[in-house]
Amino acid sequence: MTIRSVLVANRGEIAVRIIQACKALGIRAVQVHSAADADSLAVRLADDAIEIGPPPAAKSYLNIDALLEAAHAAGVDAVHPGYGFLAENADFADAVAAGGFIFVGPDGDSIRLLGDKVAARQVAVRAGVPTVPGSDGRVENFDEARDIVATIGFPVMIKAAAGGGGRGIRVATNLDEFERLFPQASAEAASSFADGGLYVEKLIDPARHIEVQILGDGERFIHCYERECSMQRRRQKVWEEGPAFDLPTTVRDAMCASAVALAAEVGYRGAGTVEFLYDPSAQSFYFIEVNTRIQVEHPVTEMITGIDLVQSMIRIAGGEPLSIRQDDVVVNGHAIECRINAEDPENDFRPWPGTIETLRVPEGEGIRFDSLLYAGYTVPPFYDSLLGKLIVHDRDRNTCLAKLSETLKGLQVTGIPTTIPLHARLAEDPAVVAGRIHTRFLETWLNR
Amino acid sequence: MSKAQVMSSLPGTFYRKPSPESPPFKQDGDPVSAADVIGLVELMKNFEEITADVDGKAITFLVEDGEAIMAGQAIAEIES
Repeated sequence: MTIRSVLVANRGEIAVRIIQACKALGIRAVQVHSAADADSLAVRLADDAIEIGPPPAAKSYLNIDALLEAAHAAGVDAVHPGYGFLAENADFADAVAAGGFIFVGPDGDSIRLLGDKVAARQVAVRAGVPTVPGSDGRVENFDEARDIVATIGFPVMIKAAAGGGGRGIRVATNLDEFERLFPQASAEAASSFADGGLYVEKLIDPARHIEVQILGDGERFIHCYERECSMQRRRQKVWEEGPAFDLPTTVRDAMCASAVALAAEVGYRGAGTVEFLYDPSAQSFYFIEVNTRIQVEHPVTEMITGIDLVQSMIRIAGGEPLSIRQDDVVVNGHAIECRINAEDPENDFRPWPGTIETLRVPEGEGIRFDSLLYAGYTVPPFYDSLLGKLIVHDRDRNTCLAKLSETLKGLQVTGIPTTIPLHARLAEDPAVVAGRIHTRFLETWLNR
Repeated sequence: MSKAQVMSSLPGTFYRKPSPESPPFKQDGDPVSAADVIGLVELMKNFEEITADVDGKAITFLVEDGEAIMAGQAIAEIES
């Protein structure tokens, strides 16, 4: 492999995870850090560390010039972007390549193509992947939009073509509402994104969020089965599992084949995730988007398939052909991941930085804890509240839930409030145990 | 003439503008009312508004846009 050293251009638990993968591959890991992260676990574990700027992310982890300067100073071969920050920034991928480094991920053009919602949907259509009924791309004007919703039926969502993170989305349940909301959505999109372009699509509700892990080396493309990610709060995943429960084999096969077809359509290189909405009553699935990076919830797939996704993406970036064949990918048992956040579930999930007093992590077969924590560490206020992930694996979903419950009782993080108590309640909730989960489940459950 | 300090109860990143493209909530020297928003604090990706809490003739900022702040830090002074 051509990669002997990697700049870890991220922070937190994913930086720790990337360093571990580098160590396993015999690669030198150089960790960048802001002034607030000098004491981080990633900095402690890396072979070298370079400070890149003051605490606010805009001046450090999002500063492309500072990151490239660090890459040159460290003399690395490659840059791993992790997730969040610049991981799906096509200009960053281009700048890394132009600087003479390998970007661990697809090239800038692929990120650009798949990051544009309308373009990505067109790729999906070309690859024969089912898409949510709606306008194929932007609607030119209100009359065109009204004709489309007359065909697909209500309820419909009106979305900003350039939007993200749920901003600019409106739901109309009838034509009167649609006529009222369409101009509002256009005005909001124009002011938020400097682009008033809209598209419309049918609202699938209740729906489940199921995503397929893919790997590609530019010539061969495989899937590593799916993850169920419907447990969400404010569109943020809270708990993920794999495989998706009660998914008919024909649906699973078609969904995974769709993800591979989409990867092949763009000649995908690296690890990626194809997200789908699943309508359980119709047993239909629809393409949502592609994430061109490693996901927070990747350990679920690693636990049930035994494939190391982070090592795989580094090997692919280094020019190695994909060593795994589709037939080699076999699902073994069930895994659940709980995101442990520095938030108080008793106080409307108020974020809570501070010092970790004690940390006790149960150990055992099928228990994994990916985190940025150590006792005495002070969680800074500047970044995401994700402290770590508890992942539990067992032979089936019921034994996995029982093991999760037991493990959560032994997992101790004191000094700041965390979401551990929320997960302990969820793991024993009858609706969760019965698998009655959809994308609005958790918010409804929290408001009981 | 007396001066009141505006403190942030939260640590995080202080912003003087509602979004990067917008003009600042207040310029140095602007008069303020108690209910006026004068800035935002980003704490772990959550944004909290900071209000002046007192009426005054002129505000002077002590912290730049996008600067890291500690809990309890004074971010502005207001002349009454």
